[in-house]
Amino acid sequence: MSQEPIIEVRGLKKIYKMGRVDVPALRGVDMDVYPGEVLAILGPSGSGKSTLFHVIGGLTPPTEGTVKVAGRDLSAMTDRERTDLRKRTVGFVFQKFNLLPTLTARENIEVARHISGVPHRSDDGFDEIIKILGIDHRLDHKPYALSGGEQQRVAIARAIVSNPPLLLADEPTGNLDTENSQAVLDTLKRLNEQRGQTILMITHNPEAARYCAHRTLEMRDGHIVSG
Amino acid sequence: MINRLVVSNLRHRPIRTGLSILAVAMEVAMMLLIVGVAEGLLEDSHGRTRSVGADILIRPSGSDVATGLGNADIPEAITTFLPERYGEIEMALGTTLMPQEEMQTITGVDWGSFVRMCGGIHYFSGGPPQGPYDVVVDEIYSRYKKVEAGDTLKLLNQDFHVAGVVETGKMSRIFIPIKTMQELLGWEGKFSQVFIKLRNREDTPRIVKEISGLLPANPVYDIEEFLSLAAADVREVSSQFTDAIVGIAVVIGFLVVLLSMYTSILERTREIGILKSLGATNGFIVTILLREVIVLCVVGIALGVVLSYVVREGVKIGFPLFPILISGDWIAWSALLAVLGALVGALYPAIRAARQDPIDALTYD
Repeated sequence: MSQEPIIEVRGLKKIYKMGRVDVPALRGVDMDVYPGEVLAILGPSGSGKSTLFHVIGGLTPPTEGTVKVAGRDLSAMTDRERTDLRKRTVGFVFQKFNLLPTLTARENIEVARHISGVPHRSDDGFDEIIKILGIDHRLDHKPYALSGGEQQRVAIARAIVSNPPLLLADEPTGNLDTENSQAVLDTLKRLNEQRGQTILMITHNPEAARYCAHRTLEMRDGHIVSG
Repeated sequence: MINRLVVSNLRHRPIRTGLSILAVAMEVAMMLLIVGVAEGLLEDSHGRTRSVGADILIRPSGSDVATGLGNADIPEAITTFLPERYGEIEMALGTTLMPQEEMQTITGVDWGSFVRMCGGIHYFSGGPPQGPYDVVVDEIYSRYKKVEAGDTLKLLNQDFHVAGVVETGKMSRIFIPIKTMQELLGWEGKFSQVFIKLRNREDTPRIVKEISGLLPANPVYDIEEFLSLAAADVREVSSQFTDAIVGIAVVIGFLVVLLSMYTSILERTREIGILKSLGATNGFIVTILLREVIVLCVVGIALGVVLSYVVREGVKIGFPLFPILISGDWIAWSALLAVLGALVGALYPAIRAARQDPIDALTYD
């Protein structure tokens, strides 16, 4: 690819301290993700893929190595700068949906927009996205009144409301049945095809990766072993 | 949007929200009522003294503004001597006083002179005392003791016949003939205090000075100065108690909010993680939690003020001898103290919430 990568990871190590013991979760990861690409990272539990997700998303700092997201180097970032990265550059979709239970679907999306500081405009295409996601008639319901698939689609809407260059999805179909999984994968695929949304998807499901992703990497024991 | 989030958070946990509001309300009501009783009693007592219409007060020897009740050592002759000597004096009225239970005082007066000095008095029932064992009570005392004109009332170990029930707010609640009181207490020829009414109020400082020279052993006060000194003295004594109660109320409010917000933060760990994953700053998280506390306080304060007025009305019916004065100043003070206590109580949980690690928070179950 001739473009600059939107994610550039070099020699990434992440070590967690468990009491006095150092537990390495990432042991030197190198990877690139390009704008408009859907990249799936496969791997069993404990392979380090969620840690990679957290580091790239600015939820935790790297221990060693460099991680650049949209040209910004995370390894030198303060907490405040990582917060700013999450606000403007990265949108998250989690396995457990993670909607705020006290708010309606619409309010969940509005909170994200409010935090990002992106003003609502009638011509920003967001209403169209809501239609693409098929949740336009469910926006005034609270999460408990939505199916898992609907909750995940609201979570996707929330993740992209501020038009972040990068969407990170951690096991987005992990809590869904086959039908809802397919609907969510279709949604992610459409967002990429119609809006050019760059997506990094963590999954343990090879079929989901094959269906959605342009490229797949496989992780094991904190390394990328294939792809 | 933040306000919607705040309101939805509070509505989502109605029991905790309700209990927190109730705690703030109780805190505010506790402050208003305790201070209200102290100020109410003071105001009531001063109102009754002022309504006598006197300009100067002579007190027993060795007394000060707060002590000396239950003593009588002022010679009776003074009430005839002084008006003869000073043409500025319109009239002088001697009284005897004996404290009773429930912070009341029996006052011995010459009824005719008393009524003349205070410019007349309204009778709800009955009339002026006729015999030596007649008593006149005010309307509140009559209501509280459930006695009417014609009933018998035991005072100073004697049965008194209730001759009349008069309006509240004139000198005392219980009046008996001064001669009877002097005989019963062995105070013949003596007064506990003497009220002096001048023809011209502007002469007060000069006459006070002159009478002080004549009666060096007896404190002589301008009545307004006396009331002001008495208020300061009573407030000094009562403030130790009211300050302690106000302090306890604020600490209770602080602890309830601290506990409520602390447990709320624990319950909402994942929600805080979600907000952080969306890019919410520490300041945003703290702002949400402090706004929640302010909403709790505003509703709690309003409820506390309403509760105080309800209790005051209840006390008026059940315990009319204890007037409660709810002042605007103290509503403002109690509100301020409640908000400050609650904000301090919420600060630690709020900062703790803001500092949570987003990954730990997101994986919290």
